[in-house]
Amino acid sequence: MSSFTGAIESPTITEETKTREARDLPWQVVVHNDPVNLMSYVTMVFQKVFGYPKQKAEMHMLEVHRQGRSILWHGVRERGELFVQQLHGYLLLATIERTE
Amino acid sequence: MTMEVSRNNGTLEIKEIDPFLAELLRQIPESGNPRAIPAAERRLFSSPANPETEKEICAEWKLYVEPELRRIFETATETVQGDLRQLNGNEKPFANCALRIPLGNSEAWLNALNRARLALAAEFSFTEEELSDHYRSPIGSRRDLGLFQVNFYGFLQEFILREMECSTQPASPNESTPPNE
Repeated sequence: MSSFTGAIESPTITEETKTREARDLPWQVVVHNDPVNLMSYVTMVFQKVFGYPKQKAEMHMLEVHRQGRSILWHGVRERGELFVQQLHGYLLLATIERTE
Repeated sequence: MTMEVSRNNGTLEIKEIDPFLAELLRQIPESGNPRAIPAAERRLFSSPANPETEKEICAEWKLYVEPELRRIFETATETVQGDLRQLNGNEKPFANCALRIPLGNSEAWLNALNRARLALAAEFSFTEEELSDHYRSPIGSRRDLGLFQVNFYGFLQEFILREMECSTQPASPNESTPPNE
């Protein structure tokens, strides 16, 4: 019967890898202007999807209306994709983009 | 063209709907499912990212998310179709009718109305000026009727949104408590 007495060598790190979260951080959810969607409807959607209070939701809605687009959220890609999916469920023109 | 709208015990009531408006209501499900109109399909299932630079995201979206969106839209359509059956029971074909929408179905109605408006706007390529002209008349073509539908469905959306907001707001102290004696 043999016994193991040797020590395990420390692994050599040859390449530093970033965590998935750090790699995915620079994404943003953008909502684009659409002449058909009602302003009150867009405000309601922002409240529901992002949990924003009405005042903040209206501010983003007006930014979309006046400037053509508004950045609603920053973060990791997976979460951003889920927000875009919810926004498309409400028929808003929304995209996920890499933060510049 | 007439109708009356109100809220009563958790139900949105649309009464005295004349036959023309009743027919437009019946067309909501069909208007929001324009599979044969590419422009409308493109609008209802728009790209989630820049297709040139984010090919992977767009490909996964087509595969996994778009079928789920179609399922959500179909469920909303079925709910609205269920409520619209109330319009079929009138024995007199040219009599005004009524429609009661449970508040719990509000989201399905908003979804179906929005799809119908977006699809019609895409089908007829309405300009922003046309969409803002709420009093355009008379209806002389299929395109004019489409614009009228967009505005009529928008009016219903506004009504539903307002009633949803009212139903979530707490009653004012004067309404919820008896006056001090």
